[in-house]
Amino acid sequence: MSFSVPSKLEAELDELATHYPQKRSASLMFLHALQEHFGFISRDAVEWTATKLGLQPINVYELVTFYPMFRQEKLGRTQVRVCRTLSCALAGAYELRDHFCKNLGLDTAKHGPQTTPDGKFTVEFVECLASCGSAPVVMVNDDLLEKVTAADAEKVLTRGRVTE
Amino acid sequence: MPEEFKLITKNLDQPGFTPDIGCYQRHGGYEALRKALSTAARDLPDGKKQSPQEVIRDEVLKSGLRGRGGAGFSAGLKWSFVDRRSGKPIYLICNADESEPGTFKDRQILHRDPHQLIEGMIISCWANDVKLAYIYIRGEMPIAARRLNQALAEARAAGFLGKNILGTGYDLEIHVHRGAGAYICGEETGLIESLEGKRPYPRIKPPYFPAVLGLYLCPTIVNNVETLCHVRHIVTLGGAEYAKLGTPNNTGTRIVSLSGDVQRPGYYEIEVGKVTLGELIQHPNFGGGLRPGRQLKAIIPGGSSSKVLKAGEKFQLKRKGPDGQMTSVETALLDLPYDFDSLQQAGTMSGSSAIIVLDDSRSMVATLGNLSEFYAHESCGQCTPCREGALWMEKALHRLNHGEGRKSDADYLLHIAQNIQGRTICAFGEAASWPVLSFVKKFRDEFESKGAADESARAANPARPQH
Ligand SMILES: Cc1cc2nc3c(=O)[nH]c(=O)nc-3n(C[C@H](O)[C@H](O)[C@H](O)COP(=O)(O)O)c2cc1C
Ligand code: SF4
Ligand code: FES
Repeated sequence: MSFSVPSKLEAELDELATHYPQKRSASLMFLHALQEHFGFISRDAVEWTATKLGLQPINVYELVTFYPMFRQEKLGRTQVRVCRTLSCALAGAYELRDHFCKNLGLDTAKHGPQTTPDGKFTVEFVECLASCGSAPVVMVNDDLLEKVTAADAEKVLTRGRVTE
Repeated sequence: MPEEFKLITKNLDQPGFTPDIGCYQRHGGYEALRKALSTAARDLPDGKKQSPQEVIRDEVLKSGLRGRGGAGFSAGLKWSFVDRRSGKPIYLICNADESEPGTFKDRQILHRDPHQLIEGMIISCWANDVKLAYIYIRGEMPIAARRLNQALAEARAAGFLGKNILGTGYDLEIHVHRGAGAYICGEETGLIESLEGKRPYPRIKPPYFPAVLGLYLCPTIVNNVETLCHVRHIVTLGGAEYAKLGTPNNTGTRIVSLSGDVQRPGYYEIEVGKVTLGELIQHPNFGGGLRPGRQLKAIIPGGSSSKVLKAGEKFQLKRKGPDGQMTSVETALLDLPYDFDSLQQAGTMSGSSAIIVLDDSRSMVATLGNLSEFYAHESCGQCTPCREGALWMEKALHRLNHGEGRKSDADYLLHIAQNIQGRTICAFGEAASWPVLSFVKKFRDEFESKGAADESARAANPARPQH
């Protein structure tokens, strides 16, 4: 399977690159856009970005390995990011994450993102999501859920199971 | 009666207020920009002349506005350090990375009143001869990023942004740049590296003060979201009027993020120093007190990096008496006015104005364990003391929290923390050590008895499997 970026996306990225006096600055925004489109950042995506921005692949690859939001493997269609930092932990974030993991057959003792074998869910702990006043909070894909209860978690699971 | 004072949150807290430009303008939006752009040059008593831009910068200085991002540094002074003679372009960056645990105030502005920020930015850019500016927003706020882009497009279409703004000949572009989940991008020089498309490794100061060698090694202003919003109100009110809000040297209003063990967590805007820590936590207008039957144990007063305060502590605050003499006033923890200077005199800081309340059901060992995981995860890894030390502290706390502690762990933790602070490139080193230093010093008993209990349990059962 060869790597190809649709021309519409490429045009958007070309426009993005004009936002900066130095093209290299656009690399994070490129990676966000490519990850949104392909679901993760492949080696090909790294090389494509490097070529577009006049960089060495390592200049881009070192971003993918540093910034926690960039992923090198495909994630589940429903991405559940549970905040684990203090205010959320005080409000039950650890129990909430266990709840997600147990219901999806994931290992509660394991660190880092875990994806279900059917590719429907990825569950992970993340650090403070800047919504501590409505703890515990969970990001489900782009949406922020606040004061999340076990019942809310059930709804996320039910919805995610039927998503194709 | 202690009350909120809504300046920044005035519109966004109104039912029916929407983030589009039409609604913003119906609420007086962009009037401050018009006022700023029509500022007249000013003759000073000493015969010198101030350009309109200098007038605005002077008003910001007079307002006493201090940065709302964490360090509380005077915004007007910061602007005065900008190298205007280098011939290089000057950049402005809005720090919308909001990641200090406990803090959730910028999020309210970004989601619900983006034009207020944009107006504050345009005025600040104009006053500093900036032609290109960025909003660096944390990656985990994708919806706010889209909303900002939408708002910027609206401002462009209305002639407030782009070429020849409101017919004045002034050109400015503002772009949104998204981070990708790393706390250290909030540190201004890390942020600049990240905006240059690199790993966010903070730069060493000197020489890399942003005002001189910032983005692309050009003079750069980095200000927090809330700080830039205040500029709009300083223009509306005038610097001297604005300075009447709050208390001397702690002027204006500030949005406090309150979370943890209170009945009414949330954000509350106050006049700086006009409300005490106790009122913020207990008054029905604010936190509404602790849960029934619970007692206060500790307060983290300015984001997770600030030193913890223990219930019952007393402090000596320096206060100017009516005769102008400085006197020392004993002040109880809950009577501390919530402002920059009082918290500093209490040995901590108001930081990002995020208060996390802990009640007597909480273990300080577990709480510090949680925070230490954050710092171990977020160290960028450039400096050995920070990279290794943050991990060691996390490991020691992990074992204390999992039955493998030692009585000596309290001293071990202090030893590591003392060897990080002051020995690193950026202030993250302090941010990671201060919680450890303060928790262990103020709650030493809890750490030692936990370690001692683990030791006795191990001695009683040596065959037990190791954790
Ligand atoms: C580790 C660390 C993290 C920081 N995170 C933030 C942040 O998320 N948002 C912010 O505005 N400032 C943050 N700061 C402070 C910035 O470095 C900078 O001082 C601030 O953006 C300046 O804006 P102000 O003067 O308007 O407060 C952080 C500082 C450090 C050392
Ligand atoms: S103190 Fe820590 S976060 Fe700051 S530059 Fe050094 S290693 Fe990085
Ligand atoms: S601690 Fe969870 S949002 Fe801040």
